[in-house]
Amino acid sequence: MEQAPRDPERQLQPAPLEPLGCPDAGLGAAVGKEAAGAGEEDSGVDTMTHNNFWLKKIEISVSEAEKRTGRNAMNMQETYTAYLIETRSVEHTDGQSVLTDSLWRRYSEFELLRNYLLVYYPHIVVPPLPEKRAEFVWHKLSADNMDPDFVERRRIGLENFLLRIASHPILCRDKIFYLFLTQEGNWKETVNETGFQLKADSRLKALNATFRVKNPDKRFTDLKHYSDELQSVISHLLRVRARVADRLYGVYKVHGNYGRVFSEWSAIEKEMGDGLQSAGHHMDVYASSIDDILEDEEHYADQLKEYLFYAEALRAVCRKHELMQYDLEMAAQDLASKKQQCEELATGTVRTFSLKGMTTKLFGQETPEQREARIKVLEEQINEGEQQLKSKNLEGREFVKNAWADIKLCSHADQYVQKGNSSLDQC
Amino acid sequence: MPHPLAGSSSEEAVGGDSTPSPDLLMARSFGDKDLILPNGGTPAGTSSPASSSSLLNRLQLDDDIDGETRDLFVIVDDPKKHVCTMETYITYRITTKSTRVEFDLPEYSVRRRYQDFDWLRSKLEESQPTHLIPPLPEKFVVKGVVDRFSEEFVETRRKALDKFLKRITDHPVLSFNEHFNVFLTAKDLNAYKKQGIALLTRMGESVKHVTGGYKLRTRPLEFAAIGDYLDTFALKLGTIDRIAQRIIKEEIEYLVELREYGPVYSTWSALEGELAEPLEGVSACIGNCSTALEELTDDMTEDFLPVLREYILYSDSMKSVLKKRDQVQAEYEAKLEAVALRKEDRPKVPADVEKCQDRMECFNADLKADMERWQNNKRQDFRQLLMGMADKNIQYYEKCLMAWESIIPLLQEKQEANGFQLVFIPWWSL
Repeated sequence: MEQAPRDPERQLQPAPLEPLGCPDAGLGAAVGKEAAGAGEEDSGVDTMTHNNFWLKKIEISVSEAEKRTGRNAMNMQETYTAYLIETRSVEHTDGQSVLTDSLWRRYSEFELLRNYLLVYYPHIVVPPLPEKRAEFVWHKLSADNMDPDFVERRRIGLENFLLRIASHPILCRDKIFYLFLTQEGNWKETVNETGFQLKADSRLKALNATFRVKNPDKRFTDLKHYSDELQSVISHLLRVRARVADRLYGVYKVHGNYGRVFSEWSAIEKEMGDGLQSAGHHMDVYASSIDDILEDEEHYADQLKEYLFYAEALRAVCRKHELMQYDLEMAAQDLASKKQQCEELATGTVRTFSLKGMTTKLFGQETPEQREARIKVLEEQINEGEQQLKSKNLEGREFVKNAWADIKLCSHADQYVQKGNSSLDQC
Repeated sequence: MPHPLAGSSSEEAVGGDSTPSPDLLMARSFGDKDLILPNGGTPAGTSSPASSSSLLNRLQLDDDIDGETRDLFVIVDDPKKHVCTMETYITYRITTKSTRVEFDLPEYSVRRRYQDFDWLRSKLEESQPTHLIPPLPEKFVVKGVVDRFSEEFVETRRKALDKFLKRITDHPVLSFNEHFNVFLTAKDLNAYKKQGIALLTRMGESVKHVTGGYKLRTRPLEFAAIGDYLDTFALKLGTIDRIAQRIIKEEIEYLVELREYGPVYSTWSALEGELAEPLEGVSACIGNCSTALEELTDDMTEDFLPVLREYILYSDSMKSVLKKRDQVQAEYEAKLEAVALRKEDRPKVPADVEKCQDRMECFNADLKADMERWQNNKRQDFRQLLMGMADKNIQYYEKCLMAWESIIPLLQEKQEANGFQLVFIPWWSL
């Protein structure tokens, strides 16, 4: 193990301002706290710290993309695209914007940020990234990650990603996010030091919970079904759309063949010559018009993909809920059985068949001291169990509350992004 | 006097394949023969009024041919299926109206089948070998691939047969051919066929006796030019035919995908609450576009391709006539040379050489006149064809545009209701 085991509770501190499980922390309270805090801060115009970062109006943009070459982890040459992220603060008084930070990031760093957010905010529907590889392509060319059109659409997707995080009341205050926008070097190491990978739930555990959970919140179950069906229908839609685009391309391009033959025909005609020549030219124009048309359609496909990825993120939240609920049920079950054991020992009655009962009959009863000791241990365990159960219950309820609030927020989140990348008022 | 065919079926008006003369587009007063719209109005369901080719389709002009007013009108319509013990076949009604003396009655109505047309054509070739005989639609149809009795096939064939007869009607020499007259008028054509009457014209008789086996040394420049032109012309048309078929094939495959695409939006709409209506709207819209595309491909198959093929057949038969002309000239030149070598009968040219010369000069004259007529008609036909193709495509796009425009208000009101400002579909809300 490269890293010394870290206390998971402590790890939560630097990132979100409010730890999970805090009973009174609701969204309203969170916003209020922030606002109250803001009044007390000295918001110096020139100093941008984590705390007063959000006091000013912020503009974030992913403004450029650049091809780079470098060496990867296995010391092999690779080509990748880097994106320029610029952050501007807008003064309240005169509306002028000042460039405060600008750095280059590549796609894998965006991915790292998102994975981190997924682990630390399991109750939040984390905004999706544009796709890593081009899927649902209708044309071989579009599958190329270096294709300029693909890079441009990805740039837009990455910008939307950052804007949506920035406009989220909880996510926007994450320190790692702040560092992503401001600290060029060493950011990756900082993220990894949080040890978030260790905190991630195993897929197997989650799958198990999905099958075994008895009483999940009905809203989440319904949501899960909805997002499953949505994912299925949108995937289908994207697949068929790709085929439609491919066929349409074929239709237009074959018309291009008319161009040459009309031109050749016009050469042998006297009066018809000019007309035929012109017709041929128009066929060429028609055939070449499809490229732009289909590129525009790719933006529509990207929006559909966003729906797809959001549905996935939603699904992840539901999974987390099922996991928590399952843990809760298991803990409750465990507690109940311990209580029963305790009771049996205390009263000396054996209501159910047990090994203890058998051995007692065979080998004689244990000494009172032994019994006392056992009872004591059990009682302690029961106590612990009850505590745990309480906290899990609380956690679970908290999760449900926060997650539901976030899901409601999702429906309106896009307003912020679509109004343009302009000033984002602090949430 | 109103156009004699004004009362005919609207098929004729829409098909509009009456051979327009080169004077069609010249501003000219026709005296009491005015431009008359048949059926007195806009035929329902045809192309948009604005397109000029549709106007051409609808106008039936009384054009002057060679200075004479038109006095012969022929129309092919009313296909009917006949089921007999031995075979099943289709007959078409031929209606003729004429004031010519060659016709005993002013009006005739007979029924003919394809093989009758085929018979007429070979008779015309035989009896008028110096003229260009219009082509017939293809004779053989691969059974199983195409349904000979389907509505589309029969209609396509009817239009071609109508065009065939109209081209003959417009020809100043062919329209007076005896066989043609019998074809239009005889109650029992089979009896006439059996008689085997070879009513050859003087030229026909003459050309019939041209012995083959004379090789022409060089084709005169003007006929060589015609030959070259026809070669290239047929080649280009063949290419266009292939491209058009390919386009139709691609469009059909596109249609297949569209028909799957639309319903997915319906499936999606079933999952949604507020979004259900717009999504259903999109699905219906795509359905409308699919239907419009199907209409386009049908039109291209039925109206565009057959005309291309017709002209390719036309070019082929014209090249045969050119070859025959070569033979006539070859025979004349050979005989002339033989006489020159003999030295006996000079300066008097023997009668049979004179006959050959006569033959050749008539042939050349007939052919030249026909070529010019053919070029004019070809221009008109292709103008109509290509503009028709453009119009059909425009209509297709107009229909699609209409479909999409009709759902924009639906999408926009959804956006405003939810306070969103997205461009396409508003963000889903739970």
